[in-house]
Amino acid sequence: MIVKQHADAAQEFIKDEARTDWHDETLWFVRNKRDKAVNTLPEWEILREWASHIKDHTLSNLDHYLKSFEEKAVENGIHVHWAATAEDHNRIIHKIIADNKIDKIVKSKSMLTEECHLNDYLQNKGIQILDSDLGEYIVQLRKETPSHIVLPAIHLKRQDVSETFHEHLNTEKGNYDPQYLAGTARHYLRDRFIEAELAITGVNFAIAESGGFVVCTNEGNADMGVHSANIHIACMGIEKIIPKAEHLGVFLRLLTRSATGQPITTFSSHFNKPRSGQQMHLVIVDNGRSRQLGRPDFRNSLKCIRCAACFNTCPVYRRSGGHSYHSTVAGPIGSILNPNLDMKANSDLPFASTLCGSCSNVCPVKIDIHDQLWKWRQEIVANGYVGNGKKVGMHGMAWVLTNPKIYRTVGRIGRWVMRTFPFILNNKLNPWYKQREMPQAPQKSFRDWYKENQ
Amino acid sequence: MGNRETILQAVASNKPDLLALPDMDFSLTIQYPDLLDQFIKMVHAAGGQAFYKNGNQELQNDLASVKAEGKFIINLLEENPAQDWAALNALELETLDTCYLRADLAVAENGAMWISETRMANRLIPFICQHLVIVLNPAVIVNNMHEAYQQLNVSAEGFGVFIAGPSKTADIEQNLVIGAHGARSLRVYLI
Repeated sequence: MIVKQHADAAQEFIKDEARTDWHDETLWFVRNKRDKAVNTLPEWEILREWASHIKDHTLSNLDHYLKSFEEKAVENGIHVHWAATAEDHNRIIHKIIADNKIDKIVKSKSMLTEECHLNDYLQNKGIQILDSDLGEYIVQLRKETPSHIVLPAIHLKRQDVSETFHEHLNTEKGNYDPQYLAGTARHYLRDRFIEAELAITGVNFAIAESGGFVVCTNEGNADMGVHSANIHIACMGIEKIIPKAEHLGVFLRLLTRSATGQPITTFSSHFNKPRSGQQMHLVIVDNGRSRQLGRPDFRNSLKCIRCAACFNTCPVYRRSGGHSYHSTVAGPIGSILNPNLDMKANSDLPFASTLCGSCSNVCPVKIDIHDQLWKWRQEIVANGYVGNGKKVGMHGMAWVLTNPKIYRTVGRIGRWVMRTFPFILNNKLNPWYKQREMPQAPQKSFRDWYKENQ
Repeated sequence: MGNRETILQAVASNKPDLLALPDMDFSLTIQYPDLLDQFIKMVHAAGGQAFYKNGNQELQNDLASVKAEGKFIINLLEENPAQDWAALNALELETLDTCYLRADLAVAENGAMWISETRMANRLIPFICQHLVIVLNPAVIVNNMHEAYQQLNVSAEGFGVFIAGPSKTADIEQNLVIGAHGARSLRVYLI
């Protein structure tokens, strides 16, 4: 399959201008909700600082915390598995399913299982998983992937959902009422929860001191599955660890306010031990995270708590859509995480940014996202993963900008050309002309003006 | 070398030098002049209803009217449970209409209430019920999550949950729909 580069996919996305505007406004609405929630807490900046330091500390002692977490979890009766790669993760889960001869599986939202392509892996072995988060369920029915890590179906309008449900759940054609559509899905999925034999969830936070873990949802789908089924598999990246339960206070206060503007999710479930007769498994996944930990410029990205505030605020994400990023985690944070997974395949992503810095400003754990985007660009160029056009252009630019005389001459010629023969630049061959008017060229440069007026 | 050792070794050799945990002074965090008032506001904001005046009488009326409808209810407020609810499975709880239970702690900043495994009797009950009724002593409301975690030992039991409002989703075009997969309504009686 040929994966379109971000810029090409974005070009497709923005062809429908009305829909692009709608997408932009919908996400900006979420960003505004975040601002309102944040402004109710005078200590917001202190919380971000604490969260950032807790994560820095945890990463600097991660091997010890992982061991402590494992030890306590095992004491609590949880089966702990370690997966170095996505393939290991999928194989471990498949083995649990096969050993227990399971065929009814529900899964709540877990971006890690998406990252590992668990659904496809199991499907190839003839095993179906039902995604139970409403947004994920919708995209699963449409054979799409989530376009946003918190709002998986944010790229869809109610009319799209209505058509999908009409086809799969036999809802009334043309009924676009969200209450009706969500109600029908509730009804259908309730039966799936009740018959579920195995439930897969993600993990929001794993507590090293107790071996417990926390899963946050608004819908209650994780709990409906887990408490119905006899087997629970929770999947977590190694960076989900926090040292103590008291640190949950900091992170739960930040997470949903940053994500959706809610003060907390409806359900914050704290799992410590399996219930009587239940099997509980934890799969701890590396999949490139330890490598990222070893890159001083980029290790900070492992502090991410997956709130997606950086998506909602990003002018590029809002106007290009999540699928343009051809990755599970899109948006600014995805653009600094994905090059670690596959630098060549994701070499376009750090360029899908204006470097405006808004992502870093809203990040609840203070990841320097825009700095890392800029650093990845250099890394990618140094590794030879940019096109020749960009390379030649940049070299030419550097040459002009470091030679003042040439710069002034080129500037003079450029201004004259723009004034005298505007069609030379105002045409389709000039990428800067695309969707833009070229500016009016001034008579003289700022330097000349300054010399005359100082 | 197994996966466990590979991962732990990679982490150990790639981690930065040890950095200190922050010194957290929780006196810097928000305190509300009227905890009860703030809590009730947040319950409403989360889509729930809170009853404070004549809480006990209102609760009795609530119980009586739901009972009169002849629906399947589980009242975990009773000292001697009518049966061993813990033994019921999803199929047996499928038709559960209303569940009454007690929360031992509540948080003013967000309307969340802590339900311990003991209080819920069966982990599925607070999620599978159509309507959830929580009884709360106003004296157990704390300002914020920091105070909550200072008071609670969240690993004391096998499971526990903070619940704030009925289940909800905004996955269809950001339209709020109350009643996603869990309870469709939440009533809180402050007694």
